[in-house]
Amino acid sequence: MIRLYILLRVFVLLVGMTGVALAGEYEDALPKFTTGNYSDTEEAIGAVAASRHPLSLALIEALQDGRLLAGMGQVFIRDAAGDLLNAETGQPHGATSRDLKPIRVNNRIRRAIEAALGGLTLLSTNAGTRMEAARAVFRSRDAAALPTLAHAIAQESDPTVRQALQQARAAILVGKADASPGDRLEAVETLRVRGDQDALALLSNLPADSVPELTESARKAADGIRSRLAFWNVLQNVWYGVSLGSVLLLAAIGLAITFGTMGVINMAHGEMVMLGAYTTFVVQELIRTYVPGLFEISLFIALPLAFLIAGAVGIFIERTIIRFLYGRPLETLLATWGLSLILQQGVRTIFGPTNREVSTPVWMSGALDIGAMSLTYNRIAIVVFAFSVFAILLLVLRYTSLGLYMRAVTQNRRMAGSMGIRTNRIDALAFGLGSGVAGIAGVALSQIDNVSPNLGQGYIIDSFMVVVFGGVGNLWGTLVGSMTLGIANKLLEPYAGAVLGKIALLIAIILFIQRRPRGLFALRGRAVEA
Amino acid sequence: MALTAAALVSSATAQAAKAEETIKVGVLHSLSGTMAISETTLKDVMLMLVAEQNKKGGLLGKKLEAVVVDPASNWPLFAEKARELISQHKVSAVFGAWTSVSRKSVLPVFKELNSILFYPVQYEGEESERNVFYTGAAPNQQAIPAVDYLAKEEKVERWVLAGTDYVYPRTTNKILEAYLKSKGVKTEDIMISYTPFGHSDWQTIVADIKKFGSAGKKTAVVSTINGDANVPFYKELANQGVKATDIPVVAFSVGEEELAGIDTKPLVGHLAAWNYFQSVETPENKAFIEKWKDFTKNAKRVTNDPMEAHVVGFNMWVKAVEKAGTTDPDKVIDTIIGVQVPNLTGGVSEMLPNHHITKPVLIGEIKDDGQFDTVWQTDGLVPGEAWSKHLEGSKDLIADWKTLKCGNYNTVTKKCGA
Repeated sequence: MIRLYILLRVFVLLVGMTGVALAGEYEDALPKFTTGNYSDTEEAIGAVAASRHPLSLALIEALQDGRLLAGMGQVFIRDAAGDLLNAETGQPHGATSRDLKPIRVNNRIRRAIEAALGGLTLLSTNAGTRMEAARAVFRSRDAAALPTLAHAIAQESDPTVRQALQQARAAILVGKADASPGDRLEAVETLRVRGDQDALALLSNLPADSVPELTESARKAADGIRSRLAFWNVLQNVWYGVSLGSVLLLAAIGLAITFGTMGVINMAHGEMVMLGAYTTFVVQELIRTYVPGLFEISLFIALPLAFLIAGAVGIFIERTIIRFLYGRPLETLLATWGLSLILQQGVRTIFGPTNREVSTPVWMSGALDIGAMSLTYNRIAIVVFAFSVFAILLLVLRYTSLGLYMRAVTQNRRMAGSMGIRTNRIDALAFGLGSGVAGIAGVALSQIDNVSPNLGQGYIIDSFMVVVFGGVGNLWGTLVGSMTLGIANKLLEPYAGAVLGKIALLIAIILFIQRRPRGLFALRGRAVEA
Repeated sequence: MALTAAALVSSATAQAAKAEETIKVGVLHSLSGTMAISETTLKDVMLMLVAEQNKKGGLLGKKLEAVVVDPASNWPLFAEKARELISQHKVSAVFGAWTSVSRKSVLPVFKELNSILFYPVQYEGEESERNVFYTGAAPNQQAIPAVDYLAKEEKVERWVLAGTDYVYPRTTNKILEAYLKSKGVKTEDIMISYTPFGHSDWQTIVADIKKFGSAGKKTAVVSTINGDANVPFYKELANQGVKATDIPVVAFSVGEEELAGIDTKPLVGHLAAWNYFQSVETPENKAFIEKWKDFTKNAKRVTNDPMEAHVVGFNMWVKAVEKAGTTDPDKVIDTIIGVQVPNLTGGVSEMLPNHHITKPVLIGEIKDDGQFDTVWQTDGLVPGEAWSKHLEGSKDLIADWKTLKCGNYNTVTKKCGA
């Protein structure tokens, strides 16, 4: 009996020992997560990824999401339901998570995680995940992923993912000294087809010991990419210009009505833009609290409200202050400037001096890649929006009776009055329209700028510049003026820098106004003489 | 009736007597205009500190009284308001200014009227005045350690120095450029870009940074972009998909207050270098945050680095006044050197003879809740250097108001005054 017992003990001991000896890299790596040292964590990620343990993927994903916890010398994964799993066995763990702390992650660790996940998810069943994995491997260029890559390429059915996988493979092979020259030449070709900045960097940073044939073809490919990029670069700058131009257009178009057609120098115009932005903030706050489901369309709800609020404030200002100052530009300028300070401080008192957070809906985040150009969705939305506002305003002025009256009053106030148009009322409505348009510009600008009491100040000078340059009293002038200034600014910026570029542009405008005091599209008729 | 009248009279005289007995502290922060966004908070902190000191029984047996003025983000107005505080209100010390321009604008006033200014913001250095105490970071307490961290931890080899076009970013970048070159970084691996105040169209610059960063070497952006321009800059980074794992941005002017206005999810991992973060876990900091939230009656209010600088500066001044037994500026200026007070990050800061203080340096990564996660910090406190060792004109200069009584003593020519 005793002998049997001893035998059993020895057997258990042996199994135990072999168990330890056989324990894989995975189990060995786990304790490194508990040291709290970034270098250890990084090593552990590499080891876990290399171990191909069934739990590797779950563990690294948990680490990425802050669900990997350490405590009592052990590592635990918190799953989606909030339950703790022992990272070594994958079995549920009864303990509470009170003594456990999430394992800390910094940029270095995040990079290691991305690279590891890339290697682990290359064979995922989801095409989107495989695409991400291919991109991650392209960035990490981890040679250990080569066999999996080959396997993944062989079984890939989606052509775009296959291309990404091949590019990832090429990125590894091209700089790998011990790869076959044929493979490397093929890699150069794959990268040449990719043709972007990353490919260019890979091709121009080949190791110096490469065979001459390879160096030569890489050099040729790099030259090709460079000229292609230079072409796209010009397009990209033009796009930036259009996008800056449409921001200017939005800010200036309301002013084109109040200053352009009514001749009122409204220094508080920028504050109408600010009011629109704050309306967006309030709308988003209310939606977030009461109907979170509507958040994606919060901007569309804010648009009419911003128009009404800014428009109402505009009419109020016109009725209480500006109408007493018609024909006295200097007083109007001072009064509206004081008004802008009052509005700024008022908003500061109500909402506080700090920036308010206006979130960007998901459909406006991210970028669209066309060739080597990247267009961000929020800028696309603003360009489309600016042109729509312009078109609507043009139609209102051309085809509605309000528009007709406004044009009549602009051209000859006394004659219009004699014809029975209530010029006072038209003044108020026109000012309200201009202010309301400034308000909806604020909704759009809240997406790209600070929502702070100073928001308007940044746009007032530019707006006046656009209106004066384009020609007072002409909406088309405002459109052409804003686009010209935007594109000129963006084409100058890469050479002159942001500061000098702006100065150069200002000088150009001063010279231009000297030659043509009435701007690009001068209005003819009696209004000009008035 | 007569009784109430008598009571009224007595309370009025008591108030008059009290008014005479207060020690006045000037608060010179913009409450309107562009800088109100940052400076209003500092005014609130000062009010809280004064109220708290009064609860403890005041100073030298007298109550403290804060005199708040609004220089309205207008640099010349800073000088006028400083004069008003000193000559009209007879304040014993002034806590204030944010931008370097405003500090330079008030300097002559403090010299002429011989008063004391506590300046709480990180700045470009290259200055040490008898009447000013710099409780914010000098470049060696913020910029240089941040660059060291990136080079060591993130293995950065290519550098973008992006800043707003004024004296602080220009001087800081000059120091950083000299420092990086002394570490063997080549000229073509440094890109410098300046933008105007309030710059809002970052498309071209972010695209340039992306291009500069894809040359095959690890790249980082060192940002001295100030104030309002930061929000559009970070929004553009997020939209163009520049992630912290590809090109990290380390900022010297972005703190908890600035992040309160942005959706921080796309910014996770970008860095900031400061001497204090709200997330630092020390009992002192916990108590301070609670008091702050109580005082402002707002559980969402955040704390930041310049606030901590005011806490340290105010406590140093209180201690120096107690030690000197008077608020006389000459006596306080002499006694405050060597004064030590606990800071909020668990150390004890000391006022140095060059009128700068010792501070820890912390590097934090932005978290998705708008707070910072400290990923690295110096072992001990770093003494502030008034004159940078990396600039040609200033490397021989030292400031010592204790023995040399000079703010710019040249160690080569052995003369005061450069």
